[in-house]
Amino acid sequence: MTKADLVDAIFEKVGLSKKEAQDIIEILFDTIRQTFAEGESVKISGFGTFNVRKKMARRGRNPKTGEDLEITPRRVITFRVSNELKEQIEKLDA
Amino acid sequence: MTKSVLIEKVAEKIEGLTRNQTEIVVDTVFDSIKKALMRGEKIEIRGFGNFRLKTRNPRKARNPKTGESVDVPGKKVLYFKVGKALKEALNSEQK
Repeated sequence: MTKADLVDAIFEKVGLSKKEAQDIIEILFDTIRQTFAEGESVKISGFGTFNVRKKMARRGRNPKTGEDLEITPRRVITFRVSNELKEQIEKLDA
Repeated sequence: MTKSVLIEKVAEKIEGLTRNQTEIVVDTVFDSIKKALMRGEKIEIRGFGNFRLKTRNPRKARNPKTGESVDVPGKKVLYFKVGKALKEALNSEQK
């Protein structure tokens, strides 16, 4: 499934044109991205939580060359699935 | 940020879209992703990330209290991989 399928789903559900649906999807994910950029988490109830975590600078090594290097401080996103969705998924055949 | 705040922010940015319509849109997006996952599909949102299910194999574990061996059945877990554009956006303007 890609954004195009989400556009179709919105097109069918809401009385919007495909172009409008497309714009809204972009704005939706843009808004979430901007929230992350501000360092804020996003919680979608019934789905899960996206957390922004700060990583400190640390020493690392290039596994290919064995060279020592500094890994710069950075922000990463972690996703935690909601209990509700987790339970539904665990019921699927593994 | 919760879903309702997200809905408000999105609604503000789009002229002529009511808060109610925006709510339906946001719910439809996450419901569609959920349904696709339950069908075993991978979801690719360019510039954001991918969602897919990973399989955890069944394994034998031990009850740490009693030392008893227990069978842990296999299961599926949801995995989110952060998209490249998002990764870069997070680490461009800060520090």
